[in-house]
Amino acid sequence: MTSSSDQSNEGATGNGHAGRYYGQGIAYLPLNSYPGKLIAVEGTDGVGRSTQIQLLREWLEVKGYGVVETGWTRSELMQPTIELAKSSNTLNKLTFVLLYATDFADRLEKEIIPALKAGFIVLSDRYIFTALARAGVRGVDRQWLRSLYGFAIAPHMVFYLNIDVKTLIGRVLESRGMDFWESGMDLKHGDDIYDSFRTYQQKLLKEYASMGDEFSFRTLDARRSIDRIQEELRRQVSAFLEPAEKIPDSVSAMAKS
Amino acid sequence: MLNNLTQPHEYPGKLFVVEGIDGSGKTTQLALLAKWLSAAGHRVFVTEWNSSALVKAATKTGKKKNALTPMTFSLLHATDFADRLLYKIIPPLKAGMIVLADRYAYTAFARDATRGVDRQWVRDLYSFAVRPDLALYFRVPIDVSVDRLMARRVKLKFYEAGMDLGWSANPLESFRLFQGKVLDEYDELVQEFGMEVIDARGSITDQQRLVRSVILQHLNLNHVETTDDELV
Repeated sequence: MTSSSDQSNEGATGNGHAGRYYGQGIAYLPLNSYPGKLIAVEGTDGVGRSTQIQLLREWLEVKGYGVVETGWTRSELMQPTIELAKSSNTLNKLTFVLLYATDFADRLEKEIIPALKAGFIVLSDRYIFTALARAGVRGVDRQWLRSLYGFAIAPHMVFYLNIDVKTLIGRVLESRGMDFWESGMDLKHGDDIYDSFRTYQQKLLKEYASMGDEFSFRTLDARRSIDRIQEELRRQVSAFLEPAEKIPDSVSAMAKS
Repeated sequence: MLNNLTQPHEYPGKLFVVEGIDGSGKTTQLALLAKWLSAAGHRVFVTEWNSSALVKAATKTGKKKNALTPMTFSLLHATDFADRLLYKIIPPLKAGMIVLADRYAYTAFARDATRGVDRQWVRDLYSFAVRPDLALYFRVPIDVSVDRLMARRVKLKFYEAGMDLGWSANPLESFRLFQGKVLDEYDELVQEFGMEVIDARGSITDQQRLVRSVILQHLNLNHVETTDDELV
């Protein structure tokens, strides 16, 4: 690819895209105005994303919002293949990235976009940033990754649960222990899963942090209590949705918010 | 951005690919080419489009349920390609062998664009690929391709006929419409990537003669015949 063609096909990068495709997008699936909102909760393995999403969902539903959840590798099409590939040790960094991207495309077209068009709030447990971070750590070309995910929709809000490795290790060991992939054992930092986990997660956290400005992360300190984090989440989500709340019937008011 | 597909590779081996729509006769030609090269003492490896074990399950499920969108269709094929590239194509090239690929990234460029996927996006997607030493495009009119497929009583498959696009409920009509557009895309690719066009209407023997003469030019030029390391 020549450098001039890069400019014509902007990939997943930049601010001010909220609710639109990052890049050229999916030509056969144009995004006109739609009433729904896409909220992503990002963060590394074991940081507490799912707990926060559960609480946020309940709160939103009590307030009367329709909520749809979507999560990484949960597509009907790809989940069995990804599980199989992970267990059979045949993945390399490129196929790893592409399997995840296929899963994401499937969920985007079949779950996320329809839900947004139907007026739901879509809560995404992880988003493309997990893919970018994991692949980035594995040395995949960053420009290529951003072009690949140019078909993704920029969320209206991205919450990033930030944590330090030491706290993360304590939390993961307390709950379910360290697993092969979350420890980056495929990167062959050594046989010791503890050391590998620490090295790998440290790199991942650095990678996530480096994307903060590029993708307008709203960073939350994940070392605080569950309640404190949830409080902050609700405060920000509330501030974002409020204009729509006042005139719940007006689709155009929501689109402008 | 990576630019492997537009830069010559530096492996000692050779990569030759054949392209063309279904019924163009490219697979027949590739098989004859492989025979000839092997008989001449070359070590040859043949790889086919969409054949890796990795994505077989997903492709099968998706195709059976007709559940693939143009994007997931494109990405699954890219995953298959990446898997084969790293495990099946690059190692023989490093070993100085001749790799023959039945379809290559150009198939994705032609089909995915016809399905409405962004052209530049697909090109960027495949920018990790290795540029072939030679890409042969077997150009055939749609009528000839259809006649050949019908003569072989080939049952037109859902996606090959572009039925997912809903242009026609009749498989044969859909095939004509879809592959007709794919042919247009191929014509653009010939220019863009410098593919060698073979008139696929001719007899099998005539075509093969031409194929061999073209391939020969690429083998004579700086072909490195790898010799075994000394026995220890």
